[in-house]
Amino acid sequence: MHESTLEERAKVKRALGNISPQLLLIIILTTMVISLSLSSPFFLTWSNLRNIFDHSSLYIILAIGMTFVISSGGIDLSVGGVAALSGVCMAVAMKSGLGVGAAIAVGLLAGGMIGAANGAVISRLKINPFIVTLGFMSVSRGLALIITGGIPIYGFPRAFTWFGSGHVGPLNPPMLIAAFIAAAAALALNRTRFGYYTLALGGNEEALRRSGVSTRFFKTAVYILCGTTAALCGLIVTSRLNTAEPLAGWMLEMDSIAAVVLGGTSMKGGRGSITGTVIACLLLGVLRNGLVILSIPAYYQQLLIGIIILTAVVFAEVRPRKALVI
Amino acid sequence: MPQNKDRAHNEPFIRVINIRKSFGSVVALDGVNLDFYRGEVTAIVGDNGAGKSTLIKVISGVLSPDGGKLIVNRKSYNFLTPSQAIELGISTVYQDLALVDCRDVATNIFLGQEPLKAGLFVDKKKMNRESEKLLNRLKVHIPSVTTAVEFLSGGQRQGVAVARSINQRGKMIIFDEPTAAMGVKESARVLELIRSLGSDGFAVVVISHNLHHVFSISNRICVLRNGRMAGDFRAERTSPNEIVGYITGTNELNTEVVKRGIFNHA
Repeated sequence: MHESTLEERAKVKRALGNISPQLLLIIILTTMVISLSLSSPFFLTWSNLRNIFDHSSLYIILAIGMTFVISSGGIDLSVGGVAALSGVCMAVAMKSGLGVGAAIAVGLLAGGMIGAANGAVISRLKINPFIVTLGFMSVSRGLALIITGGIPIYGFPRAFTWFGSGHVGPLNPPMLIAAFIAAAAALALNRTRFGYYTLALGGNEEALRRSGVSTRFFKTAVYILCGTTAALCGLIVTSRLNTAEPLAGWMLEMDSIAAVVLGGTSMKGGRGSITGTVIACLLLGVLRNGLVILSIPAYYQQLLIGIIILTAVVFAEVRPRKALVI
Repeated sequence: MPQNKDRAHNEPFIRVINIRKSFGSVVALDGVNLDFYRGEVTAIVGDNGAGKSTLIKVISGVLSPDGGKLIVNRKSYNFLTPSQAIELGISTVYQDLALVDCRDVATNIFLGQEPLKAGLFVDKKKMNRESEKLLNRLKVHIPSVTTAVEFLSGGQRQGVAVARSINQRGKMIIFDEPTAAMGVKESARVLELIRSLGSDGFAVVVISHNLHHVFSISNRICVLRNGRMAGDFRAERTSPNEIVGYITGTNELNTEVVKRGIFNHA
């Protein structure tokens, strides 16, 4: 008796769990696309869609690293600063005569190193990731300002600006990078030991440790991954603007965290969805674009996006609790 | 001593020698000596704070002792790491079961031991198949190995934790309060499972407060008091009353232990 009601309860929750929240996001996204294309003739043109994809790809890359961190039960507030720092590093490397490839490697390495520092402090000294990454946010932003003296560096070889403004058929490099990273990340999170341990870290870190897995190693790896995706964003932003700007990527951490949570990854850790993150980024992209097309003033856009994210997150976090009561 | 006869040809699986461990000024283990044998269910009893949990955490590598050593396979260790302990065949089913609630049954059973395809991807199908086989063998009834552990009952969760221990090729399986917060029917099932592990040749160690349960499953009962061994008995040659006396300290040190010379009172 007891066990059969438990099984039924499990079935109900599983059924509810299956429709949430990615399917819901797709429904909202579709509704938005349909209503926007009805209200504006510009929305459904290729140049506008291209614009949306182009903008979203930056957020997708960043939010994927963040998905790993959040589903491991952590958070990374340093991504905006890391993006700026690695952009600056690439710029300085190129100005000092390094080739484009080597310069990009230097920038990615810088991002990975800040990630490693985050991970090492969090996993070895067991300090709250919120505080640690808040510290490294300031450290990386400060380093970017010190290196540049606060003055943007501009004018890079074409091989470098190709990453931001080049063309690959009808697409551009950021879209391809985002698509490749999304596919690789989905495989990594759902099908590899690294992904299994990332989710286990968020679900029950002590259980993973007692199973003989080095939690320090995998936790650090998660932050290195996030630092590297932030550095990739730095590459795209810098090459798109043809300028390394020490204040680039301001508030990027908030946007990416919002997208990850909107996509159904649990802030408590243990559950993560790359698909959800990608759809959420597209949804936010369409939303921003739609608000511009409907010529809603910029101040209201900020307010509206905030309200939509809050509603979505409240909805996502409250629902599973209700499902348990059934 | 008759109780040693059946072990005469049988070396202890693990020897715990003069293990000491303190937390600040609190002495949790004050020189504990104990041998564990395969095919035997050993219960460790004692009052709260007697050092039971600390002892098993030292054996399973979760805590490093301050002094003493562990001997496994004739090799001496000053301390073990969790992965070393697992490699040596020491698995622990913790009181909190150490399960990842939001992941499914098969994922939990294979946690840290995931089989790989092409050296990279986790072979989930193999995990599901082998988990089902293992749970059937243990007679643990779970509707589907792809159910998240959070939806299982207490007994089923215990079953998953035991299956994981066995899957880690455990030769020694330690249970910390296996029947705490469990109903009568579920407890009976878990106790049956523990007893069968003993007769299957595992070295089984059980920590429990419930003397009724202890007497129904163990071959041997060891009493810890204030971080020291206070007694070591064959279950059939003692009684709950006598054990309670040693737990509370109203009975003196069990002489059998001293005669066998495995207890170092200094």
